[in-house]
Amino acid sequence: MTTISQPPAIPEDEQLEFAPQLRMTQTHADVTRDVVATLETPSRGYYMLLFGAVGLFLVGLGTFVILLKDGLGHAGYNPPVMWSVYITTFVFWVGIGHAGTLISAILFLFRSPWRTAVYRATEAMTVFAVMTAGLFPIIHIGRQWIFYWLLPYPNQRYLWPNFKSPLIWDVFAISTYLTVSTCFLIFGLIPDVAAVRDKARGWRKFIYGQLSLGWQGTDTQWRHYSRAYLYLAALATPLVLSVHSVVSWDFASSVVPGWHGTIFAPYFVAGAIYSGIGMVLTLLIPLRKALRIEHMITDYHFDNLSKLTLLTGTILFYAYAMEYFVAWYSGNTFEQMTFYRRAFGPMWWAGWTMIICNAFVSQLLWFRKIRTNLTALFIISIFINIGMWFERYVIIVSSLANDYVPWAWDQMNPTWADWGILAGSFGWFGMYFLLFARTFPIVAIQEIKEMIPMPRRRAGGGHH
Amino acid sequence: MALKLPIPRRNSVPGVLASFEHIDAATDAIRTLRAKGHRDLTVYTSHPNHEVEEAVGHTNSPVRLFTLLGGLTGCTAGFAMTIWMSRDWPVLVGGKGIAAIPPYVVIAFELTILMGALLTLFSVGLLSVLKAGRRIAYDPRFSDDRIGVFVAARGSDVTVVERYLRDAGAVEVSHAS
Repeated sequence: MTTISQPPAIPEDEQLEFAPQLRMTQTHADVTRDVVATLETPSRGYYMLLFGAVGLFLVGLGTFVILLKDGLGHAGYNPPVMWSVYITTFVFWVGIGHAGTLISAILFLFRSPWRTAVYRATEAMTVFAVMTAGLFPIIHIGRQWIFYWLLPYPNQRYLWPNFKSPLIWDVFAISTYLTVSTCFLIFGLIPDVAAVRDKARGWRKFIYGQLSLGWQGTDTQWRHYSRAYLYLAALATPLVLSVHSVVSWDFASSVVPGWHGTIFAPYFVAGAIYSGIGMVLTLLIPLRKALRIEHMITDYHFDNLSKLTLLTGTILFYAYAMEYFVAWYSGNTFEQMTFYRRAFGPMWWAGWTMIICNAFVSQLLWFRKIRTNLTALFIISIFINIGMWFERYVIIVSSLANDYVPWAWDQMNPTWADWGILAGSFGWFGMYFLLFARTFPIVAIQEIKEMIPMPRRRAGGGHH
Repeated sequence: MALKLPIPRRNSVPGVLASFEHIDAATDAIRTLRAKGHRDLTVYTSHPNHEVEEAVGHTNSPVRLFTLLGGLTGCTAGFAMTIWMSRDWPVLVGGKGIAAIPPYVVIAFELTILMGALLTLFSVGLLSVLKAGRRIAYDPRFSDDRIGVFVAARGSDVTVVERYLRDAGAVEVSHAS
């Protein structure tokens, strides 16, 4: 009986066509050897990157300590702009996470074989990005030591959270997202950690042995494992769509001009995936070189990742156009003024950065030459990261700065406290990602093996 | 004195452990052994393999029941918690009813997914622990490129089983007692 717990069998002669990245690694033993080799003593470049990441993190930590001591006055909050860089960066990092879940869960359900080589790295990126994002609402609330008031627990004040508030939805959505994606990452790692255990010696063997939770790859273990993996993917798929929808409702369910749009949920989800794939490109292009896995993560993967970037970038292009159209067509003066000022007001430079980096730069990916040129892709991915951070900055700050009453309009200027925490978040994220890449298989051993036909005694003895 | 943990005693199972290089050889061996009445088989592979799954004749894993149970629990808990808490300290917010269902759908949706995922993982742990009382021979190459087949056997069965395994094309056969 064939169950749906595994992807349908691909005829063997077509398998390599689906997965040209595997031409260099022909046998199962090659895969284990090459991936385990990524865990050996890293290069000097790796240590320099790690040193840089820890340095940036310390900058953020120092800034945070000053904020704890003195309060949020150091940040650039200035009425009416009381949400600014921290909320912008929160939305930015949550968005980064979305591409990882798209690649690990949604493409798994769609049976896209190319995801196998890159999904572990992107899933780790998801977990660390959401870990980073989760810090920002806590930093932003000012009195960080009472952040747990957001949670529903019996307390001496006899109060419960206001479940009608999108901010409380966010608490549930982000904590569920962090929990489920962490579980998904760890669960996928178990068989690979067991493979590393069987190759390791000494104290490393002991540690990987404990982490592999006694995994041996028996038929019974795989039977439950494959099923559970399928269900986790099926649960993560609606989850990832819901998370950025809920984040968008933080804005859309208010009545601030420029925020109050029904387009927000799909607009934010597409933007999130777009920014996330940008970050995947930024991380993977240097990483594959540093870990010497160029034969596993190839042009073919970058071509596919670029096509996803192009798709989501084009959706974003449409959403930007639609926002301007609706502002004009609604006949609502406040909405029209907000969008006029985004393009020609005091924040015009931020508005145009967002439109050029996201809507226009992504259109370069129509060309195959650019999609397979890694230098060009790396530069484009940096533009995407910058553009998507500015998108959230423009949406949040420009709308708050120019709402209904012109005499209350004011500008907001980020201060050292804003930039310090922003830099620290990149350090915090990079530090975890680099340590993960060094400690755990960054390419999924067992899933790559699943795509390589097993040797047969009888020639051409294909299955089915 | 060594620390004693309350882990059930793992008794080694006597039997024959064979190592295969070829997938069709391994599935042949599994089919022959099953046909001859040797049903206490353990097959090791480095990745999920549906040819092995078919040869061993597994039915669907019961994990799905736990996923369903977790999802339903989360959904019920999400609505129950929000509605009860709103009524416990009734405050009118945003012109909505005290217990307003549409905004609570978000909480119930997230908890459905959270509980569904957690119970799915829990069930894999539980179903694995149920079999953890037996210690079966293992070879580190099974996580690399070999396929392992362990057959529980004792006495005169051992030679019979060994012959089936060798005939099917096992590259190595060893005895575990």
